Amino acid sequence: MRKTALSEEILLQVEKPARYIGNEVNSVVKNREDVAVRFAMCFPDVYEIGMSHLGIQILYSMFNSWEDVWCERVYSPWTDLDRIMREQDIPLFGLESQEPVKEMDFLGITLQYEMCYTNILQILELSQIPLQATERGEDMPVVIGGGPCTYNPEPIADFFDLFYIGEGETQYRRLLDWYVENRKQGGTRQEFLRGAAQIPGIYVPQFYEELYHEDGTISGRRKLYEELPDRVRKEIVTDVSDTYYPLKPVVPFIKVTQDRVVLEIQRGCIRGCRFCQAGQIYRPVRERDAEVLKKYAVEMLANTGHEEISLSSLSSSDYSRLDELLEFLIEECGRKHINISLPSLRIDAFSLDVMSKVQDVKKSSLTFAPEAGSQRLRDVINKGLTEEVILKGSALAFEGGWTRVKLYFMLGLPTETEEDIRGIGELSNKIAATFFETVPKDRRVNGKVQIVTSTSFFIPKPFTPFQWASMCTKEEFLEKAYQTKKGIMEQLNQKSIKYNWHEADVSVLEGVFARGDRRIAKVILEAYRRGCLFDSWSEYFKNDVWLQCFEDCGVDIGFYTTRERADDEIFPWDFIDCGITRQFLLKEWKKAQEGVVSPNCQTQCQGCGAGTFQCGICPTAS
Amino acid sequence: MKIRIKFSKYGTMKYIGHLDMMRFFQKAIRRAGIDVRYSEGFSPHQIMSFAAPLGVGMESCGEYMDIEVLSMTTAQEMKEALNRVMVEGVEILSVSILPDHVQNAMASVAAASYLLQKKEGDYPVDELTGKLEAFLAQETIPYTKETKKGVKELNLKEGIYELEAESNRAIRMLVNASSSGNIKPGMVMDAFSAFAGVEIPPSAYRIIKLETYMDPAANGKDRQGSHKLIPLDAVQ
Repeated sequence: MRKTALSEEILLQVEKPARYIGNEVNSVVKNREDVAVRFAMCFPDVYEIGMSHLGIQILYSMFNSWEDVWCERVYSPWTDLDRIMREQDIPLFGLESQEPVKEMDFLGITLQYEMCYTNILQILELSQIPLQATERGEDMPVVIGGGPCTYNPEPIADFFDLFYIGEGETQYRRLLDWYVENRKQGGTRQEFLRGAAQIPGIYVPQFYEELYHEDGTISGRRKLYEELPDRVRKEIVTDVSDTYYPLKPVVPFIKVTQDRVVLEIQRGCIRGCRFCQAGQIYRPVRERDAEVLKKYAVEMLANTGHEEISLSSLSSSDYSRLDELLEFLIEECGRKHINISLPSLRIDAFSLDVMSKVQDVKKSSLTFAPEAGSQRLRDVINKGLTEEVILKGSALAFEGGWTRVKLYFMLGLPTETEEDIRGIGELSNKIAATFFETVPKDRRVNGKVQIVTSTSFFIPKPFTPFQWASMCTKEEFLEKAYQTKKGIMEQLNQKSIKYNWHEADVSVLEGVFARGDRRIAKVILEAYRRGCLFDSWSEYFKNDVWLQCFEDCGVDIGFYTTRERADDEIFPWDFIDCGITRQFLLKEWKKAQEGVVSPNCQTQCQGCGAGTFQCGICPTAS
Repeated sequence: MKIRIKFSKYGTMKYIGHLDMMRFFQKAIRRAGIDVRYSEGFSPHQIMSFAAPLGVGMESCGEYMDIEVLSMTTAQEMKEALNRVMVEGVEILSVSILPDHVQNAMASVAAASYLLQKKEGDYPVDELTGKLEAFLAQETIPYTKETKKGVKELNLKEGIYELEAESNRAIRMLVNASSSGNIKPGMVMDAFSAFAGVEIPPSAYRIIKLETYMDPAANGKDRQGSHKLIPLDAVQ
C-alpha cells in the first residue's frame, strides 16, 4: 500500500491534504532500484497553480518516457504545512515516491514569474538543501532552473547550480547522460558542473563573476575557466510536430486552475509588441501540425477523462489552420459532451461564429487588449489593434447577443501622456455607445451593456525593445490609475463601465527583479528570512518588509526601475543569446520613440536574428 | 437505464473529499468509455448521485453511487472497464442494473455499519470495550450536536441498532444513516467516552464503513422495529 511522507495526523490537520499525497491518475511510479537518475521537478507555488502548467507536464512525460529516469513532482507546501514541516523538521518530498527531495539527483525549478523567488528559497530550505549553490556538498541534488525568468537569471544566480536556457526538450538527455557518466568515473560535483557548462543552453552561474563600474552599472563579466562559453545560446525545438508531448497528463483529484486538456498549437508569436517578452524570447513562430493536434486531442481526452479542452499559444488567431482545428474539435467534443474553452481570439465574424457555438453568449464576454488608450501610443508599443477594428468587432458581437466586454490596458508605457490615459475612458465609452447604437431597446438583454476596463502597470522586461525604458514609481502609477478612473467617470456612459487596477507595490518589485543583477540576491534572501513567501498572493505580500530589506541591504530600487539606461549600457542578461540581436531591439526602441510601427513576421521579416535558428516562419528556414 | 455502482475507498484515498470523489468518478466514467447519460444545456453534466458522502479521513468498503446509461453490454464488463481506470485506493466491487421503480441511492439509505479499529496509542480501549453493553443499555444516550446555528440536544439511543466489541481492538456498530437521522460513528464514540469517563480522541481509531443498507419495507422512512436491512446493491 502507498505510504505518505506526512502522518495521518498532519494530513487531516492541513487544508487540502490531496496536495501532498500523489497517487493521481497518470502519475508515474517507478522502482527506485531500476533507475539511474531521480529528478524532482518543482513549480514553486501551491499545487493548484503548479499542476496547471503545461511545461512541467511536457518535461515530466519526457523524463519518465526514459527508462533510466524517474521524474517526480514537487510544489510549495502551503503556509499551514510549511509551519508544521519546520516545527517537526520534516524534509520536503516528491509526490510520487513520498521520499525526500534531498535524496534525489536533480531538483529542477521552473521560474515562470519573478514573484516566486522567495518560494525558491522555501523549497530549498524545506528540502534541507543549502541555499547557496557553492555551499552544497557532493551528495546534494543538482539544483537547476528553467523557464522564462532564466532569460535574466542573475538576481537568483547564487541559489542555482545550473540554468537551462530555452526549451527543455533538446538537451536534457545529454545533461543526464553526462551526469551518469561523471558519476561512473567517480567525478566530483565541480567536474560535473564544468562538463555541463559545455552543453548548449546550460549556464553555470558560479563560474562567472559580474563586474561593475563605479556608478554601479555593469562593466563586464569574468569567467573562472578559459573553456567556458562567453555567451549561452537558448535551446529550441525546431520541429514542434515531432517532439515530446504529454499524451497522458497527470489528472489532479482536487480542482486546479487549469483543469482541462491543453493543446499547445504553436510556439512564438508573429506580432512583436514591444513590451512583450514572450513575443521575443520564444521566436521564431513554429506551428504544430493540425493533424498531429487532432490526434493528441482525442488521445488526451481519452487518457484523462477531462471534460474540457483548451488551446494554448500566444496568439491563437494567427495559427494558420485554426478554422480547421476548431471545426474538428467542435464536432468531436460535441459528441462527447466536452466543453471547449477558447483562448482570447481576435474578435471578427469567424471567431464570433465559433464562440457562439461553444459558449453561452449571454454568460460569456468578449476580450480586447488594446493595451494603450490612443492610436499614437498603440503605435509606440507596436500593438496593431485599431479603434476601428475594436468598434467594428464590438458591433458585430452586440448584434450576436453579447453584452459583456473586457478591456485590458497598461499604464506607464514609454512616452505616455495624460491624453493617452484619457483615451482609455474614451474608448471604453465608445464601445458602450456602440452597444446603444447597434442594439434597439426592445432587443437589449437586461437592458444594458457591461464594460470592464482593467489596467496593469507596465514593467520593462529583458530582451524587449523596452529593456532600456524607465519604469514609473509607485506614486506615478497610482496617479495614473487615478487619472484613468477620473477619465472614465467623465464619460457619458460611465455607468456601464467598471474599472479595475492592479496593485502598484508588487509591480515595482517585479520591475526590480526583472532587470536586476546579482546584487539583488541578498535582498531576496533577507526578505525570505524575515518571512516573505508567496509574494504573488496579495494576502501574503509584505511590501513594508521588502522595502525595509532593500534599505537595510543598501540596494536602491530606483537604480533598477526608474533609471534611464544609455544605449550602450551592459545589461545583466547580455551574456544570454536568445537569437534576437541587441541591434534589432535597439532599432525597435528608436522606432517606438518615433511612434513608427513594424510589420509582423507574417507580413515582412524584420531581421530580428531568430532566422539563425533556421526553422518555423523565418524565411531563412526554407 | 439506471446503474448502481458499489466501491471501496481506502489508503491515501481517504484524504480525498466527497466533491472531489464525484469529479474523480466523472472523469473515470469518461476514461472507461461508458455511455453515460448527460443533462441538457450548455454545460451538460453526467447524471450521477452518491448514496452518502464519506467524511475525509474515513475508509469504506461499502460506498454507492447511481448513474444512468444510454447503452451498455454487461454489468461485469462495466465493472472491469471501470476497474481498469481506477487508482490505488478505489476499487469497483459491484455493478448492478436497477429496476426502474427503485429509489435513488441517496433516498434509499437507512443504515450503515462501521468498524472502529484502535490505532497505536496508550489509551485504555481494551478495558473500555467491556462497558459497551452498559452504555447501550441506558434509557437515553444524550449527545450535544454543535451546528452553525447553535447547539442541539440529541438522543442517540434509537439510532444505534447494534454496538459490540469485535475483538479487544475493534468496535463494530450499525447505526441510522438516513438523511433525517444520520449518526456518525464519531458521535457514538464521543457519547461513549463521556459515559465511560475517558477521553478518546478521534485520532485514536481508524474508521471503516463496512456497508450501507436500505430498508425495503420502510420506503425511505426511518427504520421502525426490526425490519430487515439489505445492502444497497441487493435490491431486486
